Amino acid sequence: MQKFQIKNLMVHFSLILVSLLCIFPFLWLLSTALKGSGENIFQYPPQLIPTKATLANFKSAWTQIPFLTYYINSFIVAFFTVILNLILSSLAAYPLARMEFRGKKIIFYAILSTIMIPFQAIMLPVYLIVLKLNMVDTVNNFMGFLGLILPFAVNAFGIFLMRQAFMAIPRELEEAAFVDGCNIFQIWYKILIPMVKPTLATLAIFTFIGSWGEFLWPSIVLTNKAMYTLPVGVNDLQGMFSANWRIIAAGSLISIIPIIIFFLALQRYFISGENEGAVKG
Amino acid sequence: MISYYKKYAPYLFLLPAAIVLGLFFFLPFFDTMILSFKDYSTNIYNPSWIGVSNYIYLMKSPEFYKIILNTFIFLVCAVPLLVIIPLILAIMINQKIKGITIYKLLIYLPVIVSIVVAAIAFKWLYAQNGILNYVIGLIGLKPIGWLTDPRFSLYSVIIVTVWKGLGYYMMIYLAALMSAPKDLYEACEIDGANFIQKHLTVSIPHLMPTLALVTTISSISALKVFAEIYVMTKGGPLNSSKTIVYYIYERAFENLDLGIASAAAVILLCIVMVFSIINVVFFEGKKY
Repeated sequence: MQKFQIKNLMVHFSLILVSLLCIFPFLWLLSTALKGSGENIFQYPPQLIPTKATLANFKSAWTQIPFLTYYINSFIVAFFTVILNLILSSLAAYPLARMEFRGKKIIFYAILSTIMIPFQAIMLPVYLIVLKLNMVDTVNNFMGFLGLILPFAVNAFGIFLMRQAFMAIPRELEEAAFVDGCNIFQIWYKILIPMVKPTLATLAIFTFIGSWGEFLWPSIVLTNKAMYTLPVGVNDLQGMFSANWRIIAAGSLISIIPIIIFFLALQRYFISGENEGAVKG
Repeated sequence: MISYYKKYAPYLFLLPAAIVLGLFFFLPFFDTMILSFKDYSTNIYNPSWIGVSNYIYLMKSPEFYKIILNTFIFLVCAVPLLVIIPLILAIMINQKIKGITIYKLLIYLPVIVSIVVAAIAFKWLYAQNGILNYVIGLIGLKPIGWLTDPRFSLYSVIIVTVWKGLGYYMMIYLAALMSAPKDLYEACEIDGANFIQKHLTVSIPHLMPTLALVTTISSISALKVFAEIYVMTKGGPLNSSKTIVYYIYERAFENLDLGIASAAAVILLCIVMVFSIINVVFFEGKKY
């Protein structure tokens, strides 16, 4: 019994240490953001708790940077990326899970092979294609959004995730629906889609997080500041307030509020450990 | 077996995804290879075929050699940490102890926060007169130029990548641990095995396929590192923290040297493919 408790104590100690290391960078940002101009942020020894906490830095970050625009832009991009992924993945997954047709194997392996193609390796021609299709923010906002969204509208992970989900549904349901007079599209839409809702939710959430945090692609295609998504806008803070760490810290924190709320509200999807299938590279 | 769909139905279902994948995956994939055989440096609007010259340029370039070396160091440092630390964390968390949800939430937090914010937060920790230099000062070390000294910058970036990935890989292990054979643990306990013995003999063998998976995913994501470098060091000082994706980005979008960038991209593609193929072979071999 004695030994058991010592072991537990050590486990708790290590986990607390790791947890603190995981959140410390954010706590330190918070501490810096709360310090007013009267306090030295480079003080030795460093002061975690501000002596005179103030929200002035948050206010000035909020007024100087169009965070609301960034929120909205990021939301539009993430929302439509999610919708397209849900529709396109579950459409493509259905025949792969259920039908026999010519070229099925080739199509299956072609989709599988895209997992081996990292976006970073093909981003240059993707950019050239997007330019050629006029899907850039210099044309108009709508085309700008298209260029941000379409290259990520579907991927192999989503297709295979949905395929797994469809394969777990008994075939009899489809046959019964067919006898009742449903066509193939109705079978997909009315019978199968409602049955894979949990998988769709998983796909939606992980696609949303990925899209919301995406930095490389928007920083390549975006030229118009009014079109910036959050990560691009936040990176811009550094240039705007070169050494004003109070404002940079406050702005960074403002930018992560929505995703933290999203995370806490849907925490079970992230930490229940039941989403093994949602593993993404 | 009745056929309840028309012959063309499967293709209709596949069509939208096929258009997107064709336009934004396969076409650019082949474009990358074609571009890598062209010279854009003399006239960007009228590139000429130059065969494998871009590749030869890269092979002879000391800068590219440095990039490949950095990418390799990144892999060798980040991957073992991302395979082992989350494994230990998962085993510790996979017990009936108090506060598990809180631990999981806190450790997972860096995963969901944008890498840009994470990199900014670390840049602040790494500042010359910042808190990290204060901490190492406590144990008698001189301040380090975490991001400004070519000897340290790459490792400072690696720390951020590892820190951001811990929770992600921990959850993959935890999901796999859920299906661990409970009766074997009990047998171990009856035989008097301690905590560490129990996990060495039961958990680790059970987790072998997951270990392989985590190794592959973390290797491929280490090869793709970009934002951390962009936000914290821009690859500097003196290319000391520049890895291959940043090099491709810089060549393509800053120097407009599309041919060289594409040749480097093809090399990246080859490396990623090798890792993926090793994974498939390893997986298929271990599965049954």
